[in-house]
Amino acid sequence: MEIKVLGTGCANCKNTVQLIESVANALGVSIQLEKVESLPEIMRYGVMSTPGVVIDGKVVHAGSVPARAQVESWLRPES
Amino acid sequence: MTASSNTTTPNPTPPTHLGWFVGIPTAAVVWWFAYSHLTDWADWVVATLGLRRETHLGEAVHFFAYDAPKVLLLLLGIVFVMGVVQTFFAPERTRALLSGKRLGIGNFLAALLGIVTPFCSCSAVPLFIGFLSAGVPLGVTFSFLISAPMVNEVALALLFGLFGWKVAALYLVTGLSIAIATGLVIGKLKMERYLQDWVRDIHMGDAALPTGTTLTWNDRFAAGLRHVREIVGKVWPYVLIGIAVGAGIHGYVPEELMAKLLGKDAPWWALPAAVAMGVPMYTNAAGIIPVVEALITKGAALGTTLAFMMSVIALSLPEMLILRNVLKLPLIATFAGVVAMGILFVGYLFNVLLN
Repeated sequence: MEIKVLGTGCANCKNTVQLIESVANALGVSIQLEKVESLPEIMRYGVMSTPGVVIDGKVVHAGSVPARAQVESWLRPES
Repeated sequence: MTASSNTTTPNPTPPTHLGWFVGIPTAAVVWWFAYSHLTDWADWVVATLGLRRETHLGEAVHFFAYDAPKVLLLLLGIVFVMGVVQTFFAPERTRALLSGKRLGIGNFLAALLGIVTPFCSCSAVPLFIGFLSAGVPLGVTFSFLISAPMVNEVALALLFGLFGWKVAALYLVTGLSIAIATGLVIGKLKMERYLQDWVRDIHMGDAALPTGTTLTWNDRFAAGLRHVREIVGKVWPYVLIGIAVGAGIHGYVPEELMAKLLGKDAPWWALPAAVAMGVPMYTNAAGIIPVVEALITKGAALGTTLAFMMSVIALSLPEMLILRNVLKLPLIATFAGVVAMGILFVGYLFNVLLN
């Protein structure tokens, strides 16, 4: 699972990265986490309010630090 | 013997509809009770500490005991309501509403939307570009960019709590006016050529997110709570410190001093100096407003202190530096200059009208 966190480096963006990492560890799911700080690339995804979260190329969230439950639902392995 | 099934912890579900129907009215009642008994509480604190209000310390303590809970209560209430309101105004929707609107109407709408659209200053740049590439005129985008940080619910909540609805309304109206006027000026000056080149070449991807129409009330109330945790959770230390400083000023600083520096007896250059001082400073509204209140009750002119406050909040050096990525210097200078002039004008207007 390839996850990108889009943000220009403010506290919310960092918190989102930490949250995703901690949930991934808790669930034992291995992910490829990348922080995207370059504006042109953030624009490419059509994200206007950071932090944004992109999973396997698709934007799943933007505008705030996602709720823990939300992150878990993204990372939970398909049953 | 059966193999144990895959036990995953169940999704923590947000409170049910019923929970909200019980919780919100209860909270409202408790809130109202606390809010209407603030003076009794402050009196009780002073009495219990064995102080008298006539002393410096007693006065300062009473100020703190009254204002700290009052401001916090207001913050909780207003931020929660705003959090819910904001779920109706995702940036994507604001952008769609503003795209293609003419100068004039567009500026007005943009300034209004700036109040209710969620905005974090680190999103200033993506938002700015997103608006432009969707066909929102440059001037209109600027109206949004000025109104969003300045006319924010924290500032309004605090002004309302500490000065009453008239001052809060005044701030709201003048804030919007400055946002609209600046946007109009920048639009008329046709400064599109001062955008950085890479901005004009950018192609914004299509937003792939829901525009807020698929949220349930459950989601909206939950968002309200998150907003409260996010904002009040971050801001309350500043509020307490600000009120403590205000309490100190209230209890200990003599009136004549403030009047001489910032009030009726102040030199004519006090107002421009206050605005200039505010530019490199940036705190959130919560920290500065209680200080503002103490200054005013000590004789500082309302116009000067409001202008100072606006300057601190609206013109922030960090945001200018971020905008440097998208705007060339002449445009940034124009933006800062016009906003500063607007604030100065508002300051003088108040000082004249209210004296």
